[in-house]
Amino acid sequence: MLGSLRDLLPIILVIGFFQAVVLQQPIPGFVDIIIGTLFIVLGLTFFIYGLEMGLFPIGESMANAFARKGSVFWLLIFAFCLGFGTTVAEPALIAVADEASEVAAIGGMILNTPEAMESYANGLRFTVAFSVGLAIVIGVLRILKGWSIQYMIMGGYILVVIMTALAPKEIIGIAYDSGGVTTSTITVPLVTALGVGLASSIKGRNPMTDGFGLIAFASLTPMIFVMGYGMII
Amino acid sequence: MELLMRILQMIIDTSIDVLPIASIIFGFQFLVIRKPIPNLKRVIIGFVYVLVGLSLFLLGLEQALFPLGRLMADQLTNPSFIYGDAGIIPEVINWKDYYWVYIFAFAIGFSTTIAEPSLIAVAIKANEVSGGTVGISGLRIAVAIGVAVGIALGSYRIVTGLPIHYFIISGYIIVVIQTFFAPKMIVPLAYDSGGVTTSTVTVPLVAALGLGLAETVPGRNVLIDGFGLIAFASLFPIMSVMAYAQISEYIGNRSR
Repeated sequence: MLGSLRDLLPIILVIGFFQAVVLQQPIPGFVDIIIGTLFIVLGLTFFIYGLEMGLFPIGESMANAFARKGSVFWLLIFAFCLGFGTTVAEPALIAVADEASEVAAIGGMILNTPEAMESYANGLRFTVAFSVGLAIVIGVLRILKGWSIQYMIMGGYILVVIMTALAPKEIIGIAYDSGGVTTSTITVPLVTALGVGLASSIKGRNPMTDGFGLIAFASLTPMIFVMGYGMII
Repeated sequence: MELLMRILQMIIDTSIDVLPIASIIFGFQFLVIRKPIPNLKRVIIGFVYVLVGLSLFLLGLEQALFPLGRLMADQLTNPSFIYGDAGIIPEVINWKDYYWVYIFAFAIGFSTTIAEPSLIAVAIKANEVSGGTVGISGLRIAVAIGVAVGIALGSYRIVTGLPIHYFIISGYIIVVIQTFFAPKMIVPLAYDSGGVTTSTVTVPLVAALGLGLAETVPGRNVLIDGFGLIAFASLFPIMSVMAYAQISEYIGNRSR
């Protein structure tokens, strides 16, 4: 509880300072804010508690079980499902996809009708979800094979740069943002536990240097795929 | 009573969001792995805690922080705040006039990142895996500084209207150079920290700031210039986390 309150303190200070000193406005709805803050503190405490009881152990025990079972095929299928399934329903992604379809309609890339916009937004969502699934698969393969992450990420960067030069200008900002919005609060702990669990149960892998990095792939591939989507449509 | 209903509604909404993940996990557990989950009861209680915790957290954010944060982003980017009450927007805008926006961007980037639950999760894991070498608060502060700088710079970009890819590509070049000099053990974690920073708390507030700026700065297009802040917020932590490891290594070497 105290820890969560401390985590929240900076936001309270920043908002209080700007409201009182810079904007010199009274804070509206003071009671609501106190109740809301209480909820945030409580929620954060529960979340961290549940993280260590539920999300971390299940991620690790599944990684262990897959490693012992030795079935790379099923592990990769699982990795893809985890990436795809958690992304396709992500509320932040749905919002971004809708905005992107507006940009596309105004930019003249698609017809300015609700149907065309909806199909564009859905296509974008599935593209991003697919790219995240692929990213987790690549990341898991990397852990299994012990490839070094630097060169893979650099390769990704080079692809992003090439795609930036080729993709329509309107899509670039959204593409860059899509890398950040895909990783939600529940996906991150699960995927991290999966990576670290895999790296600790495979001989010769170091959980620190091999276990992390899955999220990095998951925030890189959507950029490349969204720009690709913008080029095709 | 109304509050109770809202809590319930939020728990239902969050459950729907969590459903795909839960069904994938339990589906694979029962169909492919076919082994009982160790401490099943504990894990399920843990899931319930996560669900309730996240619901309360989101509800609190919507009740308290988001309206206020959005309002402030609006007020700070309002021409009458920046150019005085007359609100006359000059023909040629001077990026320096928006200094409060940059300071706010920095402060809100830092403080929302400190409260970001997924970053807390990764920091706990990194601390555990590294045997305490990577400090929980050290990592979180390093990431928060990265996000803060990123969002401040991103706001500057929206005000000046410079193309986003110049910044992102230069950022990539710095990341690549740093990768060669940073301690090997931190590199994957640093790459990861770019993605984890931007979720529940940061994205809505930062998006509001970006859209507010793009709407009010003359000559900017909301749809084109309003995006891109998240990209800055996910690139700069990579640099700051590697820098944090480099600095700690340097201090460690010197004291020896």
